Amino acid sequence: MAGITGKDALLTEYANRLETLDAPKGRSLTQDAVRRLVRNKAAVLSVFVVSFIILFAFIGPYLLPWTYDKIDWSNIRKGPDFDAGHFVGTDQNGRDMLARIMQGTQMSLIVAGVATLVSVIIGVIYGAVAGYFGGKVDAVMMRFVDIMYALPYILFVIILVVIFGRNPVLLFVGIGCLEWLTMARIVRGQTLSIKEREFVEAAKAGGAKPWTIIIRHIVPNLTGPVVIYATLTVPEIILTESFLSYLGLGVQEPQTSLGTLISFGSPVAETLPWMLIGPAVVLVSLLLCLTYIGDGLRDALDPKDR
Amino acid sequence: MKQVLQVEDMSVTFELHQSEVHAVREMNFSLAQGETLAVVGESGSGKSQAFLAIMGLLAKNGRAEGRAMMGDINLIGMEPKQLDKHRGKDIAMIFQDPMTSLNPTLKIKTQLSEVLVKHRGFEQSQAVKSATEMLERVGIPEPAKRANAYPHELSGGMRQRVMIAMALLCQPKILIADEPTTALDVTVQAQMLDLFKTLTEDFGTALVLITHDLGVVAGVADRMMVMYGGRAVEKGTTDDLFYDPRHPYTLGLLHSTPHIAKRAERLDPIQGLPPSLEHLPKGCSFNPRCAFAFDRCLVERPPLAPTGNGREKACHYEGPMAYGKVA
Amino acid sequence: MDQTPINLLEIRDLKKTFSVSSGLFSRPLTLTALENINFSIRKGETLGIVGESGCGKSTLGRCILQLLAPDEGQVLWLGQDLTKLPAEEMRQRRADLQIIFQDPLASLNPRMTVGEIIADPLRTLRPELNKQERRARVLKIMEAVGLLPEMINRYPHEFSGGQAQRIGIARALITEPKLIVCDEPVSALDVSIQAQILNLLSELKDEFGLTLIFISHNLSVVRHVSDRILVLYLGRIVELATGDEIYEKPRHPYTRALLTAVPIPDPRLARQRNIDALKGEIPSPINPPSGCTFRTRCRFAKPYCAEHRPPLETIEDNRLVACHRWREIEVPEEAVLGA
Repeated sequence: MAGITGKDALLTEYANRLETLDAPKGRSLTQDAVRRLVRNKAAVLSVFVVSFIILFAFIGPYLLPWTYDKIDWSNIRKGPDFDAGHFVGTDQNGRDMLARIMQGTQMSLIVAGVATLVSVIIGVIYGAVAGYFGGKVDAVMMRFVDIMYALPYILFVIILVVIFGRNPVLLFVGIGCLEWLTMARIVRGQTLSIKEREFVEAAKAGGAKPWTIIIRHIVPNLTGPVVIYATLTVPEIILTESFLSYLGLGVQEPQTSLGTLISFGSPVAETLPWMLIGPAVVLVSLLLCLTYIGDGLRDALDPKDR
Repeated sequence: MKQVLQVEDMSVTFELHQSEVHAVREMNFSLAQGETLAVVGESGSGKSQAFLAIMGLLAKNGRAEGRAMMGDINLIGMEPKQLDKHRGKDIAMIFQDPMTSLNPTLKIKTQLSEVLVKHRGFEQSQAVKSATEMLERVGIPEPAKRANAYPHELSGGMRQRVMIAMALLCQPKILIADEPTTALDVTVQAQMLDLFKTLTEDFGTALVLITHDLGVVAGVADRMMVMYGGRAVEKGTTDDLFYDPRHPYTLGLLHSTPHIAKRAERLDPIQGLPPSLEHLPKGCSFNPRCAFAFDRCLVERPPLAPTGNGREKACHYEGPMAYGKVA
Repeated sequence: MDQTPINLLEIRDLKKTFSVSSGLFSRPLTLTALENINFSIRKGETLGIVGESGCGKSTLGRCILQLLAPDEGQVLWLGQDLTKLPAEEMRQRRADLQIIFQDPLASLNPRMTVGEIIADPLRTLRPELNKQERRARVLKIMEAVGLLPEMINRYPHEFSGGQAQRIGIARALITEPKLIVCDEPVSALDVSIQAQILNLLSELKDEFGLTLIFISHNLSVVRHVSDRILVLYLGRIVELATGDEIYEKPRHPYTRALLTAVPIPDPRLARQRNIDALKGEIPSPINPPSGCTFRTRCRFAKPYCAEHRPPLETIEDNRLVACHRWREIEVPEEAVLGA
């Protein structure tokens, strides 16, 4: 019966050798998911497009002769003009549209990133704690979420603007603080099912403290739904930002964002179409690609869903 | 004995991303009226896939070849519409988890009568009456009350009975039961096995019992087919295979099964793990776990060949297999 | 009750209830999962716990380990009541009491490597060990359960059920426990693997001087591994005796019915056997029958069985049985197994 307890001298020797040598790495679930994602052509293409847009927004401004707030008095309301360096034209104030689109995209990406990050951090911790402890803790915490849901968020944003002034980053931290509600609900639901899994019980039997169990055993297993929901939150926040900017609550001139650019471009779409087309193309491709990435991630992380 | 099912040279293949996996290969067997055939094997032996193929229930990436003749109809490769005329009517299948096969939103009687209305053209009221009668025949107490219940209101054993009742409504010639008692308690399992015996005796249904539990097999089966790595490795009557196993795998399974009446100090299990169908060993697929394997087994796959008395085995080894040698 | 130090664990008057909500506006119902549980386990023995699903056997295992808090009663570990222990002391005590689960894959965190999973209890219970010491222990225990050292960095989904169960066993052994509760450790495994794991458990038991509580619905398996067997029905002990006594001379009608229902891997015996199949199914524990809870399915039941609950009596040497009529019920010469 040597095979069972493996008392063979050979095996022991092998074990000793491995103590100094590294054992082969296994395939983690994340690696598996990445492999599946790479097979999804739409998602891969989207990743490239999004990366391009990010580079465009953050590196682009350094390569242009014009900055987003510089006024070219000789070229006001002009279409694309390569000689003057206005590749996609200028706006009513003579500012270079390409530079403004780059700055606007940058702003939209930053607010989306910040707000999503905030909503993920708060939502995951809140949801995991509520789900894990359950009972009264859960009831109180989730009723609070319900109440927050019931409040009109435009009102909140107005209050936030009043408190923080029109500082875009703080404003979108504020939006993130509201966006976490849905994330918390999703995370709580997942936690409820994960905490019934036997490996959580095993961790308890192994003497782990509740906090250790949440961090080591529950949160890592939330990756799938959290990543998927976060990729879908990014476009949502970009849209929210556009909406708020449209209402005049968003970023402040001369800074701009994709939403602001579109809101300025749409009334003059017939006479100055380049003011609308540029930002619209960037926004639409960004949203489409993020949705494709979200879908791709869902298929990759949760292959049973297909 | 009238043959109700004749499977010839059947194989099942699954397309994976880059490769093909042969889940079942070169399967041949026949099933007579009123007979119980046990198909025994471990997970990944292809035992379930073979019968899902016969029922036309393979997953999308699966493909079956060969013939499964029910009378003069070949069930393999039949159009789904054509197959629907036979499925449920001539050949029925029940599964390990009855909850997955019952619609949770419909009452039991609705689900049962639907089958009768569809396959046998019953009037609704007549169908409900027959359905209730069938519930009583499979041993459900207070059938009229249970017929009005939803699946989740019944216990596991009760649900399995409902599944059997549903399978029997059209009096199929063949009933395929895939691990029907694995999820049940021993006491309920004993009741179910009893019910299977009555079925084959009273209705003349031919029963295929797919299981890994040799205890269950011993109680109900007439003949056995042992599968390993997608192929049948030994076939014969239940008594022959239990008392005189000729294939080392059959012997190993017998020694792995704890016997309640004999307390051995330790079991004598087969070493190693069942192979993955994607990477079957060369030669005989059992050779890495076989205590009797010799050089020929490593290179040449033994064919399933008759050994007299209606028995068949796929093994090169002809010598005696002593108890304890399997270890 | 005398307290011989030889008893590793003693359970006294254990009771556990759950409340089940029945609807939005109705009062929650009480489900009595365990009641009147009294038994003890000697060092080095294997106690089997059998019963149908819903009889409370898993709940009992979890109450012993304090993974569920019992409502009443004591769980005495070497004379110390675990139910009264402060949380921090109980966490330290967990090094002595471990558990092996039924579903080997579900019991392993899919995001951790095998090495991390096995080392996990050490991180909390033996914080003084450094990374190298932990790794050395993990490799040693992996060898003992028959896992190759090269598997240490792999993830659970790369393993089959049998190997995953070995990982679960390794995790339970790493804290050098004295008692392990095995909750249906082999019922999710293939037959040949089942036997390998059973043999492994009995080898490890000898090697590490373990005491085992072996919970299973499979009587053949329990018989194979256990010294004594405890039969539960609807949360109460109906019989407790040594394995041989239970199987050769079952006293309680429920034990007998269970035994006759066990399939025997022997066609001739199976044909001869007169299966006295138990009628019906286990009643709901929310609303158990009055008196003897088994009376609704018992063919020896008399009217007074419905009125009085049978006490758990000590009969012969240290056998326990809870039945009004155990004296009158004849055990057939040819034991129920027909062997």
